[in-house]
Amino acid sequence: MPVSSIDLGLGRGARVVVAMSGGVDSSVTAALLAEAGCEVVGITLQLYASGAARARPGACCAGEDIYDARRVADRLGIRHYVLDYEERFREAVIDDFADSYLRGETPIPCVRCNERVKFRDLLAVARDLGADALATGHYVRRVDGPGGPELHRGVDGARDQSYFLFATSQEQLEFLRFPLGAMPKEQVRAHAERLGLAVAAKPDSQDICFVPDGRYAGVIERLRPGAAEPGNIVDRAGRVLGRHEGIIHFTVGQRRGLGIAAPEPLYVLAVDAARREVVVGPQAALLRDRVFTGPLAWIGTDKPEPGAARAVVARLRSSHPGAPARLVRMADGTAEVTLEEPEAATAPGQACVLYDADRVLGGGWITGTGQSAALAAASRGAIAADEAAAA
Amino acid sequence: MSDAGPIYLDYNATAPIKREVVEAVAEAMMLAGNPSSVHGFGRDVRKRIEDAREQIAALVDCAPAELVFTAGGTEANNTALRGAGRRTFIVSAIEHPAILRTAEAVAEDRVVLPVDGDGVVDMAALDEALAAHGPQALVSVMLANNETGVIQPVAEIAARAKAAGALVHCDAVQAPGRIPVSFAGLGVDMMSIAAHKFAGPKGIGALVVRSGLDIAPLVTGGGQERGLRGGTENAAGIVGFGTAAVLAQDDLARAGEIAALRDGVESRLRETEPDVVIFSEGAARLPNTSCLTMPGVQSETQVMGLDLTGVAVSAGSACSSGKVEPSHVLRALGAADAVGGCAIRVSMGWATTEDEIERFLGAWRALYAGLTNRWKAGVSAAAG
Repeated sequence: MPVSSIDLGLGRGARVVVAMSGGVDSSVTAALLAEAGCEVVGITLQLYASGAARARPGACCAGEDIYDARRVADRLGIRHYVLDYEERFREAVIDDFADSYLRGETPIPCVRCNERVKFRDLLAVARDLGADALATGHYVRRVDGPGGPELHRGVDGARDQSYFLFATSQEQLEFLRFPLGAMPKEQVRAHAERLGLAVAAKPDSQDICFVPDGRYAGVIERLRPGAAEPGNIVDRAGRVLGRHEGIIHFTVGQRRGLGIAAPEPLYVLAVDAARREVVVGPQAALLRDRVFTGPLAWIGTDKPEPGAARAVVARLRSSHPGAPARLVRMADGTAEVTLEEPEAATAPGQACVLYDADRVLGGGWITGTGQSAALAAASRGAIAADEAAAA
Repeated sequence: MSDAGPIYLDYNATAPIKREVVEAVAEAMMLAGNPSSVHGFGRDVRKRIEDAREQIAALVDCAPAELVFTAGGTEANNTALRGAGRRTFIVSAIEHPAILRTAEAVAEDRVVLPVDGDGVVDMAALDEALAAHGPQALVSVMLANNETGVIQPVAEIAARAKAAGALVHCDAVQAPGRIPVSFAGLGVDMMSIAAHKFAGPKGIGALVVRSGLDIAPLVTGGGQERGLRGGTENAAGIVGFGTAAVLAQDDLARAGEIAALRDGVESRLRETEPDVVIFSEGAARLPNTSCLTMPGVQSETQVMGLDLTGVAVSAGSACSSGKVEPSHVLRALGAADAVGGCAIRVSMGWATTEDEIERFLGAWRALYAGLTNRWKAGVSAAAG
């Protein structure tokens, strides 16, 4: 493999801070920048007590990941620092995650971490150190457009992380660089091997870094003891079908784990935190074609005027490929997104991220979903047919 | 700046070793014998160890037989706290983690003594603790603090503690070579020292145990060190420790020069930046230590920013991962985190030159000016 010729639009010798998690992506990022002649300063954030996630190969920033990051920095001969961000991370990300779950939502802490920790606090540190840029190993691209830098999907569709970066501001993007966005993952691993980085074979980080084994409920119970109170599982008419051990065990769209025998498969339609109720119903009742978001974040100078409609592609979950939709920005800064084809409902707390082809326009946190009059009539009909068939 | 080589101003973390020490260590490493052996090889090494013991005893004014070699200050502190048979500890709030964490781990009862705004132990609180716990207690107060350099009235503390029936330990690792240290004069029962703080090798230290005091070993084994520390002696380390102890007399003779360099840093920064806070300024301090703030700039930013220009200082207590933690010492002095969080420690020593101090001042001012300009331009959140 040839030596990479990454061009970040920075002069040779530019000082670049690289957020190094100890994983293969950020390690290669640091290595390629050093190879390209930048003065690389590696910074690893200690985000939570390493004990919580010790020996978890799939999570980033635990104790041994700090070790790995340091060893990569040693090998590259670059400066490396570890910053204790435990308190900030708890305040900015973990507390928010727990509170969101307790409101019946399904949050995405990675967005908060990028928005409030990496691209705010770490970015400020990088500026204070006189750096010309902050680089990360995210699989996204920063593309110079007519209205300034734009955020685009990474070329490796399976790795693309643009969904998690929708809350990035234009000002942050000015300072950010993502050297891996133009590469497929295999190429990154090949670089890691070529450069002799010990992390080349390290597994990718998977789920949320501070949640061991993907067991969210366990983490919430530890963070907010006693918050997981039992309640009722009800149907859409409010009839009690069964009991549950706490709303934190449920997310909208979930099918398994309800413990209710029913002639037709039941899905979680909504989680009502105030009443501690989990509302269930048939799959057809999950369909939604209207999505309401909180304040609309926008990357670029072409933010729509209130009331004006714009065609977009909307992604409603990180695993959602995207669906054609119409965006209307409301006068109060929130947004309403109408999907051309209905989708299974998305849990509040997830993000609705808007694209124009590969470009990330922005997005907002989903506050609620709804059905247009046409969809409501159609799904009433489908449900009635289901129920008739089941009877 | 970097053309002239990096500048080391972190002597309280560890002092650069002296060439004579390295040579003594290398020579000792060439000796084949085990000091416990009967034959001539063994006797030869044993002699070097006992010579070193006398050299170190001379530096800290104790009897050679009172020195028990350990793997460093932390082990000495652990031996004192775990081995003296007392399970009630009276410690100051600004002790090193080697004392605080150990006391936490083994104490059945524990009193943490507050300090005043300069970091000096509150003697009324000591009296109160002694009145309540005296005969069961072990008092442990450091001679000089690693972060601010403040010197404690250890002789007075020891006198009061003994009158109340308590045992007294003193963590003196920061003192030798910087101020005169007299184990006998302090009147404590045990005292910890470490070679690398005065240009000796890392990994060797000693606990001075008053003759007649019976303590239990932390490490049991072949009966070395009067049964108080098992394991074949670190002969080369001990020889280096002894050589460093002899050479530390030179450093003591230069303490006035070092103090002048330190005072110069403080007064000159104050001239242009009157808001600079200097901790423990009003108390007796080590001559080589200055703990001072760069107003509004986080400690970690300063440490990284200065390192990027080749100046080595530190902040708080660096843990083994290298991350910087909020200073429990500055909190104990009553400093708000917004102020304490902007402090760095500048610590000098035998190799520090006036030129290096000039360059440090230049780097400090350049970093501060750069940040202040960015703040004015509104593109930095450093103060957050």
